[in-house]
Amino acid sequence: MSILLNEDTTFIVQGITGREAVNLTKECLEYGKGAKVVGGVTPGRLGREVHGVPVFDTVEQAVKHHGGPIDGSVVTVPPAFTKDAVMEALANGIKIIVIVTERIPRQDVAQMVEFANECDARIIGPNCLGAIVPDVIKMGGIGGPAKDAAKAYTPGSIGVMSRSGGMTTEISSTLTAAGLGQSTAVSIGGDAIIGSTYTELMPMFEADEQTEAIVIYTEPGGRMEAELAEWVTENNSRLPIVAFMAGKFMDEMPGMSFGHAGTIVEGKADTATEKIARLKEAGIEVAEEIAEIPDLVKAQISKKQEVTA
Amino acid sequence: MTVAENLFIDVKVDDSIKNDPAITTKLVDACPVDIFAAGESGSLEIVTKNLDECVLCNLCVDAAPAGTVEVVKLYE
Amino acid sequence: MRFFEYEAREIVKRAGIPVTDYGFTRSADEAREIAERIAGPTVIKSQVLSGGRMKAGGVQFADTADEAKAHAETVLKLEINGHMPRGILVDPKADLKQEYYLGVVWDGVRKKPVMLFSDMGGIDIEEVAEQHPDHVGRMHFSSRTEPLDYLAKECIAQTGVTGRALQRITPILSRLAKLFLERDMTLAEINPLGELKDGSFVALDAHMDMENEARPRQKALLKDLEIGDEETREAREATEFEIAGEEVDGMDHRGVAGNVTEFDGNLGLVIGAGGGSLTLFDAVRKFGGEPANYCEIGGNPSVAKACGLAKLVLQKPGVDKIAVMMSIVSNTRVDIVARGVIKACLELGYDPAEKIAIFRIPGAWEDEGYKILDKYGVEYCDRSVSMHQAAKRAVDKIGAAA
Repeated sequence: MSILLNEDTTFIVQGITGREAVNLTKECLEYGKGAKVVGGVTPGRLGREVHGVPVFDTVEQAVKHHGGPIDGSVVTVPPAFTKDAVMEALANGIKIIVIVTERIPRQDVAQMVEFANECDARIIGPNCLGAIVPDVIKMGGIGGPAKDAAKAYTPGSIGVMSRSGGMTTEISSTLTAAGLGQSTAVSIGGDAIIGSTYTELMPMFEADEQTEAIVIYTEPGGRMEAELAEWVTENNSRLPIVAFMAGKFMDEMPGMSFGHAGTIVEGKADTATEKIARLKEAGIEVAEEIAEIPDLVKAQISKKQEVTA
Repeated sequence: MTVAENLFIDVKVDDSIKNDPAITTKLVDACPVDIFAAGESGSLEIVTKNLDECVLCNLCVDAAPAGTVEVVKLYE
Repeated sequence: MRFFEYEAREIVKRAGIPVTDYGFTRSADEAREIAERIAGPTVIKSQVLSGGRMKAGGVQFADTADEAKAHAETVLKLEINGHMPRGILVDPKADLKQEYYLGVVWDGVRKKPVMLFSDMGGIDIEEVAEQHPDHVGRMHFSSRTEPLDYLAKECIAQTGVTGRALQRITPILSRLAKLFLERDMTLAEINPLGELKDGSFVALDAHMDMENEARPRQKALLKDLEIGDEETREAREATEFEIAGEEVDGMDHRGVAGNVTEFDGNLGLVIGAGGGSLTLFDAVRKFGGEPANYCEIGGNPSVAKACGLAKLVLQKPGVDKIAVMMSIVSNTRVDIVARGVIKACLELGYDPAEKIAIFRIPGAWEDEGYKILDKYGVEYCDRSVSMHQAAKRAVDKIGAAA
């Protein structure tokens, strides 16, 4: 199995006629078993087609055309219009929204998340590449063109969550090379406030029988890692976790952000050093290098198995 | 030392289409990185400084009559 | 984006929060005039975007207008942690009965703004929270509706504050929460809010940070405060090298080849993307390398931009070779970056095989990229060589800084 997506997942692309969105649509259609991209929305472009996908002016039209609820949406509209696009999707019953757009103010994200909670829907991102179930489906630009994604991702038992889209692929590729496939890989987004944190996705991985271990990519900034450490401590999770922390050099440079908007260190608890300590206290293994991850994962899995045996 | 403006890509165009405004327009529209431009009276011109931006999409080759436009990789 | 105190106070004042009758100036003579108008003891405060003002002597007390002028002269010339002051604030010296802390920040875990209150104002709130947790009130509120007074009241009441103080501070905290949302702040702090002996409550210092991403929609306020687009207010001023990096990135709208930050080392880095750059920068340092710069490539930039970035780094004094490295790319193309960096070397009259210590960008269009690298004899590696191994190779070839 997988989390968030499966081969039956239907979704639309909001902003589908944009240059990057056109590529993304093609990639998703061609990857794995072929995503069911049932429509696209760009205001004023009703009646057009993008790689055979019909384009509508509104989400409502897309839902009507599909003849029933649509599961998801990939939102790739400019930052000033993102909030409205997401609200529109939520109001039309869409339950999983991947926000690709970067540079959205936190307030907008917070408002989208609040509304999503009211609608019992989930947001992934913003500033993310979406999610992929190897050889089955991808929703978003994750892994790139179908043939490149196929090179990096293989089906298996590791759940991957990453604050960096590119590093989701780098880590998965490293796992693949070591014979460890992935159940689902999620690029959760690089902003200070995101729709789904590690902790919020953990129960889904926990419930997914295919998943045996988790690998996360983390960065300085925010309390997301501390939240995960607390969750792991309180919930006696069956899943071992291996983490990799990038951006250690930023500890010497408070107040500056590198890489992603969310990396800015605003307090002592935000630093890489502090986060690594929190994760380790919670029994989460922290890799020094990406290349060490597969061995650490294998060791953790066999350790868990010994305990259960 | 002076270096050629295009180090990686060259585009060869057959003489037969160089003064055909219709084909010029098609090529100008097709290329995502503006390698083609229309000269006076619609003649086809190559923008040398943009040649290395070529993304190998082959849209120009498809837009022109068969065999009249060729994209050459100078590194092969 | 951080505001100076005099700007933050103006923002607070516009939100209907009482402030003292302060004056901002860049001249000592004007400081004297302001002190005369105040007609009483004053405080002269340096306007710098740096902490530790008090310790550095950037805050002085004056009893007379002449004294205020003399202090103003000193403070205006005083550099604090590498920053020269923008000007000074001349503030009436408050006759204090009690100090409070009022703040609003984002909680990234709950994804909501949160009001913070303490009856132990004037000191660092993180310290208070650690040592006197019962003196800190917290109240989350929705970002979708205007914050209501009762939430502020509950926040204050958590610390045991009651009576007139509770009544008077409640609207101030709720106005601060409102301005936090209206002005797209990431931090809005009044510290301290003073309760004066005459019974009034006034903001004696304010600290505001606006989210950079929201600057376009806060144009009107920024214009009022005379803050231009060029004022980035980063933790440190951009260097010439960094400004040149901005220019490279601004050449065209295709992708990113920028976010350049200058460092002192000798190892030139042409790296990407967001997470990849963070990982690679750490990796270089782990193996003893000293980077000359940080940067990011992403979103499939043009050849010209990749070339411009590589040229900039190659021309930095002290840089002999560059390392071109990224995590596996899926949007950015290997061949395009390869063209850009090789072109940079050739246009500067260098041999790419000599100047590019290592090229490690696997992913989209890698086969095409490797053909180009082969042709120019550049050492490259594919995804079987880890990011750390590639970084080590770069450090081995370039060596530690002299």
